[in-house]
Amino acid sequence: MALPIMAVLMFFLVLPILMIVAVSFWQATEFSIIPAFDLENYEFLFGSNVTYRVFFNTFKYAFITWVFTLGIGFTVAYFLAFHVRSLTWQIVLFLLCTIPFWTSNIIRMISWIPFLGRNGIANSTLLSWGVIDEPLDWLLFSDFAVILAFVHLYTLFMVVPIFNTMMRIDKSLIEAARDAGASGAQILWNVIIPLTKPGIMIGTIFVVTLVMGDFITVRFMSGSQSANVGRLISNDIALLAYPSASATAVVLLLTVLLVIGIMLRFVDIRKEL
Amino acid sequence: MEPRPRSFYLLSAFFALFLLFLYGPTITIAILSFQGPGGGLTFPMRGTSLHWFRDLFEQQAVGDIWGSFRRSFALGLMVMVTTVVLSVMGGLAFRKKFRGSSILFYLIITSLVIPSILISLGVGLIFSQSGLEVHWSTSGFGSQLTWTLPFGLLIMFAVFNRFDKSYEEAARDLGATSWQTLRHVVLPIIGPSLIGVALFGFTLSYDEFARTLLTSGSYNTLPLEIFGMTTNVTTPVLYALGTLTTVFSLLMIGLFLCLALWSTRRKARAGSDAGKGMM
Repeated sequence: MALPIMAVLMFFLVLPILMIVAVSFWQATEFSIIPAFDLENYEFLFGSNVTYRVFFNTFKYAFITWVFTLGIGFTVAYFLAFHVRSLTWQIVLFLLCTIPFWTSNIIRMISWIPFLGRNGIANSTLLSWGVIDEPLDWLLFSDFAVILAFVHLYTLFMVVPIFNTMMRIDKSLIEAARDAGASGAQILWNVIIPLTKPGIMIGTIFVVTLVMGDFITVRFMSGSQSANVGRLISNDIALLAYPSASATAVVLLLTVLLVIGIMLRFVDIRKEL
Repeated sequence: MEPRPRSFYLLSAFFALFLLFLYGPTITIAILSFQGPGGGLTFPMRGTSLHWFRDLFEQQAVGDIWGSFRRSFALGLMVMVTTVVLSVMGGLAFRKKFRGSSILFYLIITSLVIPSILISLGVGLIFSQSGLEVHWSTSGFGSQLTWTLPFGLLIMFAVFNRFDKSYEEAARDLGATSWQTLRHVVLPIIGPSLIGVALFGFTLSYDEFARTLLTSGSYNTLPLEIFGMTTNVTTPVLYALGTLTTVFSLLMIGLFLCLALWSTRRKARAGSDAGKGMM
């Protein structure tokens, strides 16, 4: 029964990874790529300052996005799970949070243009309030815009798993804590947050891997002014420098798997489904 | 009912702001897509018109939008059906331990967390180096499955973790074959969740960008077409297209949700005949 899935993943996941690993040792000329065993691509990659800067940038995006998505996602999930009292409303509001996930990311990025542009809503509002004297340039096409888009796109990857674990918390535990004299903040800190950790971990894995592997949000929202590892790869691809793109891809994959490996030590995914 | 604590109102306000953050931009471009013919990409509105929508339907200078829509739609359906069938099979298989089950589980997790561009690059390389032609219905199709299958399977795991096996035992005790048990007992019970899997399969495929970037060949899917437009189209026609596809997505989501609701109700009605038997 599991054979078809195994076959699909073998051909479209395992084989491509092996191919990338192989090609990362190949040589490239301007027009073609030649099978070889050559460490040149890696030497170039690790010898270049750009690489370290771009990897640092990637981690920076991942970390800042993680902080915001966790804060917002936890609050939203907490509201839904513990403050909305009827199941029907919980489902309706939860669906409202998840519907954007099923629509196009690219259009959701485009839709920030009228807000953040030089003559956009944000600038004209701030101007009319007298907060600023001239339009801010750093709203669109900047790191700010990149992070904003990430938070906008990926917060629901935090909301869903956290909400899921919160709904499984036995309500009598919270009553017991209240009967024992705990304040709301104490219940939150000593009961709810520890029990929600698995959901937080799963959300974290989603957000971190999505941000680290992204290239299109960074390209679009930074107006090609910032770079992360994904963009490094896609630039090489655009130049048909496949071996160099592959070497970067291998390092990116190892980095992502390392990060995931560390996180999986804190949570058993199979138990959480 | 005990009275609402003050934190409830604070959190409600926070939630409302979150929804505004989530939907505000999309609603903004929906409004701006009705710009008058002289209007630009931002406010103010210079009149209202259907000018930019009409542009989409006319002979365009902006590429093959309708062709790419048809391809995306067909691909979405292909991915949807495959995802549902393979996820059910995989979910059934994973109820027992089998050889390679933990390897397959880790492959599924890898498939979920691997940066999309690696799939695109790897599949593209395999096809080009082995002399095959990349095409949205072959390489693009397979690449998208690596994104939809993990979601489908994780849903199926969750479903079967909560599945009461005594229904199957009862069917078997009554002499049902394993096919009959699957067809008349298991599938009707998991039916509503399958609609969820289908929803993921279709919408994730319909909107997928990175995994089809290098694997769709010379015929673009809609997200690729839209992204191409962002670099050279600077009129609200971009918003009109965005609004139309978002409306299409919302219609599909609504359809799936209604189907799920309907099949849950039907299950509740048909599932139990307790108390309706003869005295």
